[in-house]
Amino acid sequence: MNTWRLVEGSLHLLLLLGLPPLLPGVINKTKALMAGRVGPPVLQGYYDLAKLFRKGMVFSRTTTWVFKAGPVVAWVTTVLAGLLVPLMHHAPPAAFAGDMVLLVYLLALGRFFMAAAALDTGSPFEGMGAAREVSYASLAEPALFLGFIAMAKLTGSLSLAGMFSGTLPEGWSGAAAALVLVTASWFIVLLAENSRIPFDDPNTHLELTMIHEVMVLDHSGPALGLIEHGAAMKLFIFGALVLDVLIPVTTGDPWLDWALLLAGVLLLAVLIGLVESSMARLRLNNIPKLLVAACLLALFGVILLMV
Amino acid sequence: MSGEALLALALGAVLAGGAAALLPAPGERPQRIAVGLTTLGAALGLAAAASVLAYGPSAGLRLGWALPGAELRLQIDALSAWFLVPIFLVSGLGAWYGLDSWRLSEHPASARRLLGFYALATAAMAIVVTARNGILFLAAWEVMTVSAFMLVTTEDERQEVREAGWIYFIAAHASTLLLFGLLGLLWRARGSFDLEPFAAGALSPALASGMFLLALGGFGIKAGLFPVHVWLPPAHANAPSHVSALLSGVLIKMGVYGMVRVTWLFGDPPLWWGALLLALGVVSGVLGVAFALGQHDLKRLLAYHSIENIGIIFIGLGLAVGGRAAGSPALVALGLGGALLHTWNHGLFKTLLFFGAGAVLHRTHTREIDQLGGLAKAMPRTALYFLVGAAAICGLPPLNGFVSELFVYLGLFGSLGAAAPLRWLPAVLAIPALALIGALAVACFVKVCGAVFLGEPRTDHARHARECGPAMVFPMAVLAACCVGIGLFPALVVPALDRATAGWSLAGATVPLAGLAPLAALTWTGAALLAGGGLLALALRAAGLDTRLGTWDCGYVLPTPRMQYTGSSFAQVLVTLWRTVLIPAVTRGTSDQLFPGPSHYATRVPDTVLERALLPGLRGIAWLLAWLRPLQRGSIHAYLFYVFLTLLILLLFK
Repeated sequence: MNTWRLVEGSLHLLLLLGLPPLLPGVINKTKALMAGRVGPPVLQGYYDLAKLFRKGMVFSRTTTWVFKAGPVVAWVTTVLAGLLVPLMHHAPPAAFAGDMVLLVYLLALGRFFMAAAALDTGSPFEGMGAAREVSYASLAEPALFLGFIAMAKLTGSLSLAGMFSGTLPEGWSGAAAALVLVTASWFIVLLAENSRIPFDDPNTHLELTMIHEVMVLDHSGPALGLIEHGAAMKLFIFGALVLDVLIPVTTGDPWLDWALLLAGVLLLAVLIGLVESSMARLRLNNIPKLLVAACLLALFGVILLMV
Repeated sequence: MSGEALLALALGAVLAGGAAALLPAPGERPQRIAVGLTTLGAALGLAAAASVLAYGPSAGLRLGWALPGAELRLQIDALSAWFLVPIFLVSGLGAWYGLDSWRLSEHPASARRLLGFYALATAAMAIVVTARNGILFLAAWEVMTVSAFMLVTTEDERQEVREAGWIYFIAAHASTLLLFGLLGLLWRARGSFDLEPFAAGALSPALASGMFLLALGGFGIKAGLFPVHVWLPPAHANAPSHVSALLSGVLIKMGVYGMVRVTWLFGDPPLWWGALLLALGVVSGVLGVAFALGQHDLKRLLAYHSIENIGIIFIGLGLAVGGRAAGSPALVALGLGGALLHTWNHGLFKTLLFFGAGAVLHRTHTREIDQLGGLAKAMPRTALYFLVGAAAICGLPPLNGFVSELFVYLGLFGSLGAAAPLRWLPAVLAIPALALIGALAVACFVKVCGAVFLGEPRTDHARHARECGPAMVFPMAVLAACCVGIGLFPALVVPALDRATAGWSLAGATVPLAGLAPLAALTWTGAALLAGGGLLALALRAAGLDTRLGTWDCGYVLPTPRMQYTGSSFAQVLVTLWRTVLIPAVTRGTSDQLFPGPSHYATRVPDTVLERALLPGLRGIAWLLAWLRPLQRGSIHAYLFYVFLTLLILLLFK
């Protein structure tokens, strides 16, 4: 049994570190196909990372150690956060009461350092990006926690592993409406936290309306590689959370479950690609409204569970 | 030695230090003697608290007092000891800090006064948390309040300091007035002023709730609970920085202590007390951080964060009161444990942040965030410790703020399963509110750290700054180490915390926190973060060709430090989002001509309660009362006529 836990844990870590660079590739390929282009290869994310890690780094004379700490802290916190999220029915390597709080606050720690690193360059563009990143996150976090309230109320569990374990199928048969609302809310949070359309357009550089990409303008080489990889991992983590709610069934065969997870994550990436192909970015002043809507969706889910 | 004896020695040393400051010796010597004695007193006081937290409550001390109903009655139980720790730690470190920031030779007039009242305030606070007689409590409370007023008005030659002092004085006495009412009801309920728990069912619910509401008003004002926080921002901003630290780190916690002590008196509180405390905590937490975002003054911003953190403490306290009403020891342990630990934590990181802000003020002579910048290069140690404090106050792991917030979160999530709506509904309100508070705090402290310490200096003030002396940096290092220590090894403080909460939950059924919260997981997370971050940083250092160039300027040729994103612009998105409560005041020049001249733009977020509700309301009352002014004629005949009239009315309606 212990060996199996070890295998599952290693597989979890392997997937967490290895799979994410595929997701932006799938998203971009979907977008390209929708637009009738060939697009970059699906594995482009890996090529980019390989290139970035071979390069040297350039630092601004304005910056201090905080600038270098930004990517490091963001990457480490994302890995640790990823170790807390159950991947479908596989218990995560670490699970304890309150781990969902730790998950959100670890990501917040990464955000704190990334935004501070952006301000460390003294560039107004990066200041703008950082300001938007922390501002919109303040509305995304309550939506995430409202979803956790619904899950905790439904399963009576205080940890992620317990929330997304065997009792969820009964939850779907009893409170499907609430779970649909939570899924929808978390999908919006996924798009916001990962700077996807309609919140941010990852394809345009150097625009006054950018959020994430403009925040990391001054990073280069391995540091930028860590940021790109961390951002992909974050997308994977949020995708796993959404899938955890959405697909409550287990096949019984652990290997088939892993395969199901893989298929689910890739399908989610295709779905994000479809969303990005079919709509434009929102005006900045409308972003808070959509995030408040995400909070309200999750809140309605909670209310449905309470009555 | 017994706890009381140690405490008496500690108070003696602290007060002797205050008296020593008044010695007419020349130079710095009186201050050095004072700091030495304060340090000794703080060490003795911490020893007293530690002995109680380790071995259980002291025997208690009872001496007669000539005043009717009054007694010199002291006892240090675990709860008192828990509050004694920040009192002595912060005032001891603050005294060292003052050695450099408020030197006797630089401020010959005010430094002696400051040292004297600093000692008096410290001693009074120690008595407040140990007094077991209402009169003694109130006397110590009043000494504390007046000393704090004298401390706030240290620089009384400045107009804004005097105004801040008066607002504090009036608010503090409104608080004391309510506490007089509380003592009156205590006398009515018990026939004595003893602060001891009531037997179950000994009180009518109306009397108990009356006492609770009076306490909430009185202690709420002191704690800085929204909307009775109005005294707090100006007082914290205008006091000398180590006094701001004492006010924010310790003095406002006396309000928390009062609330904890008063709820301890009643064995079976109704559920709505808990819900009310929690709702007020939510309002205070969210609005405190929202107002902080809009501030341009570094110390005023930190003051609003005190309001936010008091909100978090009250959420925990409300959870605990609700837990006791519902008979759930787990909720009491998590709620009160979270509230008490956050009291310590806030005392640590807020003191650290005020020390850091004071160091910046000391070297740059400005509190305006947007006038600073780039100080991390000139003041590297201050910047590092400030960053630790900033991450801690945002509740980020692996620091102490996360531990106490996690306890509160766990309690809130745990109460979701309850059947009564008054039990789970507050949790549905408070969990997203805590998340919002946390995320807004991150935004606010990124703004502060970025605008003050990172980037390029914006003005000459910031350009010519240099690091402060060891007397100011060393206390910050101690506090930062405490923040990291509690965050990494919460299991070390939890046994003491269990003792403090056990004394409060009268029924005796207590659950140790170690069984409820993942303490070991926190240690592992912290270790993984530090190890992973350290290794990765080393790997990057080994890999990277560290080329230094200018910041990428998007092709623009002549960037200047003034083009940096300021703190105000950083907060603009959120301030706009919260404009319905913050009501920012904008003044701007026009630029309508063909060749517009220089223009200006300024924003300010005034305190909505003070400037839009309280002051207009008070002016209205003053206007109404002005109608009574003709009665004051200044002639003895008129007054004799009033006396006659009163007599006549009394005779008629006897």
